[in-house]
Amino acid sequence: MIMILAIALIMTIVGLILGLLLKGIDRKIAAYFQSRIGPPLLQPVYDIIKLMYKQTIIPVTAVRWLFSSAPVIALASSALLLLYITIPYIFYIFEINTTLQGDLIVVLYCILIPSIAMVTGAFSSGSPYAAIGAQREMVILMSIELPIAVVIISVAWHAADSMADPFAISSLFEYPLWHNAGAFGVLGGILLFFAMVLVLPAEMSRVPFDQAEAETELAEGISVEYSGKLLAFILLTDAFKALALSMLVVILFFPYTLSQLFGISFQMYGHTLTPFVEIVFLLFKIIVIYSFGITFIRVVMARLKISQVARFFLFAITAISIIGLILIMLDPNMRII
Amino acid sequence: MVYYYRCYNVIDNNRGTYVKKINYKHLKRSLWAYHMNTGSCNACDIEILATLMPRYDAERFGIKLVGSPRHADVLLVTGTVTEKIKDKILQVYQQVPKPKLVMIIGSCGATKGVFHESYAMAGPLDTLLPVDVYVPGCPPRPEAIIYGVAKAWEKLEEL
Repeated sequence: MIMILAIALIMTIVGLILGLLLKGIDRKIAAYFQSRIGPPLLQPVYDIIKLMYKQTIIPVTAVRWLFSSAPVIALASSALLLLYITIPYIFYIFEINTTLQGDLIVVLYCILIPSIAMVTGAFSSGSPYAAIGAQREMVILMSIELPIAVVIISVAWHAADSMADPFAISSLFEYPLWHNAGAFGVLGGILLFFAMVLVLPAEMSRVPFDQAEAETELAEGISVEYSGKLLAFILLTDAFKALALSMLVVILFFPYTLSQLFGISFQMYGHTLTPFVEIVFLLFKIIVIYSFGITFIRVVMARLKISQVARFFLFAITAISIIGLILIMLDPNMRII
Repeated sequence: MVYYYRCYNVIDNNRGTYVKKINYKHLKRSLWAYHMNTGSCNACDIEILATLMPRYDAERFGIKLVGSPRHADVLLVTGTVTEKIKDKILQVYQQVPKPKLVMIIGSCGATKGVFHESYAMAGPLDTLLPVDVYVPGCPPRPEAIIYGVAKAWEKLEEL
């Protein structure tokens, strides 16, 4: 119990730094595409430090306790999301036997809580810009909810076919989606991956799906009234979510470790270094997923209209993910029963 | 407009007074600018955007434009201040959390420029707000704006 608490504390701090670094890498890559030099890698850290020193203004029209508690709830729940996704995988890498399995349904709900807290804070701020941003955020949340649920259910369906506990996160590493898959399964997996990668920028509210925070038309939308420490909490929430969601994509679709892929193990002076190399490999996968899923799309695209976003996710992406689910169900190789 | 004014009246976190010692040092690495046009002819605005473009790339120094005065550290004011916009610029200045800086971009804001005889002008900005950096020019080149930011940094170091 104490070990888990200690691991959770360490991983929260490490996750904070890594999430901010991930945002720095994102800005650096975006600058490279626009042939700029770009900010230093630690720029998000400098921003957070500066915001911590600034004055925090609470508008008179705001509901004071709700306005100031919403970013804290968002930060706490996004940290919980990160820990919930990561700790089973870390145990798996370090080959620690535990009863801690994790639960995909809880992850599904934890993804929602930071956004809902932000929406609550925006509505309670009393600013009309924030209200419009919050309504748009709700529309986006409702339209991406079904694709995420379908992706998670189809991965669980596959795990159940492999006689594993369907909704445990740990069964995702032991029976990855491509494990024992036929042609239908591979095709379905590719469709699901496509759907999940397109859901990623909408969940993170980045261009082209950043209607809730559109800084040119809504003056930063849902975070318009936040300043100082509360704004820093919002940025930290964003960093946690960036790390956690790319980690979720990695775990759902590419949970393979180096030793599984190539059968390599690393040793030095008789001590095994394999888990640490695996963690570096995991970070590499996270950076690749984040830059392909968010940075590249953010650089090449402009902001869509909110009606286009709702239509895109409710019809196109939902259809793609349901087709993926049906293909995975139909795959004859996966049927053991 | 009365509603707008009441809606955005601000109170400080520390019961109306700001007692903590203001620490400007941390602004140096990340200056977030809020750009306000107070009756400019748009030339200075375009030069500000040119400063942020790839050729000069102000994001190298952590400078970025934000959409809300609540997020801002430095207020970039372009143009001479008209009577109509006087109340709004004062409100926006109140909405920026401390510590804050004010930069005037262009000659108009500093001296009223060619509009000095006009009846519609509420005067140079420094009669209304405490101004930290003046960047003269009609419009100032991006190099001049970057030099102004460097001057602001020097000023922050002295404080």
